[in-house]
Amino acid sequence: MSKFKKKKSGELPPVSTAALPDIVFMLLFFFMTVTTFKKDDYKVAQDFPYADQSQKLDKDDPIIYIYAGKPHERYQSEVGAQAKIQLNDKFASVSEIKDYWFNTLNNEVGQQFRNVAITALKVDGETNMGLVADIKQELREINALKINYTTRPGKATDNNK
Amino acid sequence: MGRRNIPEVNAGSMADIAFLLLIFFLVTTTFQEDKGINRKLPPMPPDNVEPPIIRQKNLFTVLVNKNNDLLVEEEVMQLKDLRKAAVDFLDNGGGTNEKGEPCTYCKGKKDPESSDHPNKAIISVRNDRETNYKTFMAVQNELVGAYNELRNREAQRLFKMDYTEMVTINADPQVSDEVKEDLKEKMDQIKDMYPLKISEAETSNN
Repeated sequence: MSKFKKKKSGELPPVSTAALPDIVFMLLFFFMTVTTFKKDDYKVAQDFPYADQSQKLDKDDPIIYIYAGKPHERYQSEVGAQAKIQLNDKFASVSEIKDYWFNTLNNEVGQQFRNVAITALKVDGETNMGLVADIKQELREINALKINYTTRPGKATDNNK
Repeated sequence: MGRRNIPEVNAGSMADIAFLLLIFFLVTTTFQEDKGINRKLPPMPPDNVEPPIIRQKNLFTVLVNKNNDLLVEEEVMQLKDLRKAAVDFLDNGGGTNEKGEPCTYCKGKKDPESSDHPNKAIISVRNDRETNYKTFMAVQNELVGAYNELRNREAQRLFKMDYTEMVTINADPQVSDEVKEDLKEKMDQIKDMYPLKISEAETSNN
């Protein structure tokens, strides 16, 4: 006759973890659907200037990207520390822009977008305008007139800090 | 006999596998989307064509030198004052447009020394080759901001809606075509009132 019998009723039942995989799968599918992989590996710095009057650039728009900025440190021994243009995943010179633009238009964007394709200039904030002006001049010469200066949200006055 | 119980597959490690995948996608996800300032470059001028003569009072010159200082209409200016100055210039409405109509919606000072009509007013940004891209973009942002301010004001007056909001709705792929058609008409009307005329002249070396 023991007085210290365990009381069955007072104990909490263990929490069922059977629904855990379902929850995790739900999260998994969410992240799977929203994931977009970066198109190119940046070899140049990409700290964009701040702007608050910017417009969204939809991923489905016909966009041709041109990157420019100072090369990352591990590439500086090869190409120097001066700001460079990057097309696809290679460093390029100003004269290669025209070929690149038409190649991308024909192979990736589609020729029907010749006049509406937007060229997104993803230029690092610490670049001199000379390089940007050269890019713009090349684009003008092939009549690729719609451009978009990529910025990041913030006040314009933050740029001088 | 004959009837064997097939053992149940242990699904206990399912959660682990799902977690592994989840963490992979969590790490690779970037919610970042591209935003930027849209601009149209001027087409190459055909040969032997004289550029049209623009009167000095209809031209608002912004110079950015290689030390990133601003010179606006021959006067040194801080970046924070640029938007106000641009609004004053665009909204002046001191004269008439090409058709000889005065600007009825302008709320400016009607100064005869400043721009005639928003249709004629041109903002010219000139920069040095050594100007910092950041500063150039800050200037561009302020100028677009000045246009947006005026366009918002008129859109609010006519349609009780911000112009920038219209642009956002118009860019949304989920909005139906009918709504967009209607919006486009309204946007064109506003754009017609304050056409964006920012010229980015070729950079100078001196």
